[in-house]
Amino acid sequence: MALRGNLRDFSITQLLNLVNLARKTGTLFVEGPSETAQVSFRDGKLAYSQIGQEDSRLATILHKANKLTAGQFKIIQQRAGNFSDKELGLLLINAGYVTQADILDNLQQYFTEVVRRLFTWVEGVFHFDIETLPPAERINVRLDLENLIIEGSRALREWEQLQDEIPSLDMALKFADRPGANLRKVNLSVEEWRVVSYVNPRNTIHQIASATKMNDLEIRRIIYGLLQAGLVEIIRPAGATRPPPVHVFPTEDKDEQKSLVNRLINRIRSL
Amino acid sequence: MQTVKMVVTGPFNAGKTEFISAVSEIDVVSTERKISSMVEKSVKEATTVAMDFGRITVDEDLVLYLFGTPGQKRFDFMWEILSEGMLGFIVMVDSTRPETFREARSILETFRAYAPTPYVVAANKQDMTDAWEIDDIRHALRLDAKIKLLPCTATQREPVKSVLLELLYSILAEMESGEK
Repeated sequence: MALRGNLRDFSITQLLNLVNLARKTGTLFVEGPSETAQVSFRDGKLAYSQIGQEDSRLATILHKANKLTAGQFKIIQQRAGNFSDKELGLLLINAGYVTQADILDNLQQYFTEVVRRLFTWVEGVFHFDIETLPPAERINVRLDLENLIIEGSRALREWEQLQDEIPSLDMALKFADRPGANLRKVNLSVEEWRVVSYVNPRNTIHQIASATKMNDLEIRRIIYGLLQAGLVEIIRPAGATRPPPVHVFPTEDKDEQKSLVNRLINRIRSL
Repeated sequence: MQTVKMVVTGPFNAGKTEFISAVSEIDVVSTERKISSMVEKSVKEATTVAMDFGRITVDEDLVLYLFGTPGQKRFDFMWEILSEGMLGFIVMVDSTRPETFREARSILETFRAYAPTPYVVAANKQDMTDAWEIDDIRHALRLDAKIKLLPCTATQREPVKSVLLELLYSILAEMESGEK
């Protein structure tokens, strides 16, 4: 039976656990709401991963990790564009630019970071293909999954807590009416500022997430922080068409409605 | 015959069934089932799985129905159905179990999203020695000062009456503010 399904039913952490326990070899393909990712395993260990169209070639990874200067990176792109990562790796080691440990450490960091990003994906579909092996032209690593699984479990717990705190993304945000609360004095991250800039009773949290290109987990995480700091409050979106409550009162007449409530009050008092 | 309804909601074992039983003129029509989860079983033996249902006859033309929601999250599909057409709602919180406060907050937000009706929060089990202070519960639930947070002991009729009356006063106040 093909290993395929929905992340709502089977999370990334559960998939990693399965791969680890069954010592699987193959590639996990995940289609999220806006990106795709592939993670390859050999004998239950992480071998390679890639997210979207992100450049995951060795030269780029080493350059981003400051192991190659801008000049070295440019020369490699010009002269070694057709080299495989394995060939390039040997070349760089022989030239004394980097060590074998540098290469393996940075690849491991990059591949695990890709998997960490997948922990924030709560929507999407996946399938595991045993026929697709880790790409041979790329340098593979052999990384135990246990630590990643524990990290994933923590992320899952966080997700459940955030869902409890912010159950609906159809609500809006407004700045808290706290005298003395001055946003300028608060140290916010770039992401938090991006969200803050959209805080308006007219914008639903969904719309803010869409405008800031954040997924459900990321937007909940930031809003949770802002809520805890007492900077914002969750409110019903302004101008949202409220579904009229169904037969709240058996009459449309306002005076009759008030009379009805007063009758209820008198009855409860007399109990 | 005119009928109106109020909903009593809150986390598992907050005291919703007792609340309704304290004022209902009929024996509460309960859909309690024996608890299967060992963790929840250590708290109580049976829980509401669909709803509780109580009645207060106001006069020959008017009846108030009280609906209690199931507290366990796996029955939350019932919440939206029960909230339809409610005059207002009461969120029950177990003052002795701070570990349920976050869930109470979540339930409150969910019901607010269902219907823009007035609500009050009842801090139940205030007669217990390990009950949290009302002000502390207000902070823990992040309740605005405008929201009524009322001490309650759901096994006694008078505190339950007070909670219902406060909700009715809020409903009346909202009707009057809507006319201005």
